[in-house]
Amino acid sequence: MKFMLLQHYGRVVGDVPPMTEWDPEDVQAHIDFQLDLNEELRERGELVEAQGLTGPELAKIVLATDGAPLVTDGPFPESKELLAGWRMVDVETEERAIEIAARSSEGPGPNGVPLRQEIEVRQVMGPIER
Amino acid sequence: MAAGPRRRGELEDLLREAAPRVLAAVVRRFGDFADSEDAVQEAMIDAARQWPAQGTPENPTGWLIAVASRRMTDRIRADSARRAREERLAVEPDRGPATAADDTLALIFMCCRPELTQASSVALTLRAVGGLSTAQIAAAFLVPEKTMGRRIARAKQAVAAAAEPFGLPAPAERAARLRPALAVLYLIFNEGYAASEGPDLARAELAAEAIRLTRIARLALPAEPEVGGLLALMLLTDARRAARTDRRGELIPLDRQDRSLWDAAAIAEGGRVLSEAIAAGAVGPYQLQAAIALAHDRARRAEDTDWAEILALYGLLEGVAPGPMVALNRAVATAMVDGPQAGLDLLAEVAPRLEGHHRVHAVRAHLLELAGDGAGAHAEYSRAAELTASLPEQRYLTKRAARLAATRPRL
Repeated sequence: MKFMLLQHYGRVVGDVPPMTEWDPEDVQAHIDFQLDLNEELRERGELVEAQGLTGPELAKIVLATDGAPLVTDGPFPESKELLAGWRMVDVETEERAIEIAARSSEGPGPNGVPLRQEIEVRQVMGPIER
Repeated sequence: MAAGPRRRGELEDLLREAAPRVLAAVVRRFGDFADSEDAVQEAMIDAARQWPAQGTPENPTGWLIAVASRRMTDRIRADSARRAREERLAVEPDRGPATAADDTLALIFMCCRPELTQASSVALTLRAVGGLSTAQIAAAFLVPEKTMGRRIARAKQAVAAAAEPFGLPAPAERAARLRPALAVLYLIFNEGYAASEGPDLARAELAAEAIRLTRIARLALPAEPEVGGLLALMLLTDARRAARTDRRGELIPLDRQDRSLWDAAAIAEGGRVLSEAIAAGAVGPYQLQAAIALAHDRARRAEDTDWAEILALYGLLEGVAPGPMVALNRAVATAMVDGPQAGLDLLAEVAPRLEGHHRVHAVRAHLLELAGDGAGAHAEYSRAAELTASLPEQRYLTKRAARLAATRPRL
């Protein structure tokens, strides 16, 4: 079963400053945590892909109209709801997907305190089940 | 059948080296580029299946040409509309022996026709000239194999529609055709050189492939200094590969790289290739960029870098290939020679042309940091991190910003 584990910008517990304001060691610890998790999932044969998206500043919303399409440039007032990135995993059960999501939610923030970021877990639709 | 079974990598190398010669021979004989390319791929698949068990033939290229030609004949027979053309081609005189390098270069020109998009040219060159499979190319560019297959098929249709006879373009046209071809080779190199997370051999191979093809192009066009310039630029840049990222793919900037990891042999060769190109006259942008790379490569420590020479080279580069990116780099060199304020002044002139580009902010941040303006540098590094589309670069810029925030007194 494939699952998308989606991460959004603002959905963290408490008030966390942007990463550029963290202590450098905390930034490094967070990056290491994410890379280690990817490596572990790859080793276990569970990682399909891990991708990050460019920031809200570069986001655009496009809407077809009768004339030229309407393009709204970011950042938007609701930027915190924007998708920041995802992991796609291929696992045996939904429980395992939830376990991975919980791990990823624990990524360390300032002073090593877990960020407790909300991770949205969505199963990817596949071919006809047998 | 002679020689015993070869190692897998050895067989792959052999096939890929043979690929352009085989394709050139088949295109020359049958004229149809798209079908010939399919036939050669099929012959290579046959070879990869049969040779490990049956042994490599004594003349691998001849074997592949024979098998691919047989496939072409089968296709043509199956297609009665083409019969007349088959008969016409059968009586055409042999065009005489061409060197393998000329054949490869002619194929590169064919794959890099100006009406193709660069992405299409890159994919087609890797398959038709580099002998990579569609699956390998798809893996290198992280797109599904079917998507890459369609991209290559459409590119082949465009080449077929141009109906250009096989061979090197006329000398009058050569310069115009060389420019997009060199741009595609450089793009392939950069795709391979760009750092990415985790074990990613498929991409590293692209850089090696670009160097191999550029070497062949240089053999075919020894009098074109920009071909040598491009080869030198690739060698002198690739020489730093091992030092450029850490084990995890995190970027290490030039001034903090462990220079003992640089490839001295590649630097020496790049230097030789560059001097030969420069001696041939007509200095162009690739030669100048190679000269700048060499100036960095020659410094044993970052503080030994001859920034005055680099600044002069950027001045020349702006003369032959002006552009905001070159101006940006010249601003950095200016700061290293005349101090950060001089660099910032120059940057202020260039910045409006690159509004919203992360490099402007990254450079300004660097210069502000050199000038001792920690708060300004922090804001600019943060802005650059928001605007970059490269993950390793974003991590690097975020860490630089964080380091400055940490040294600042907290409120």
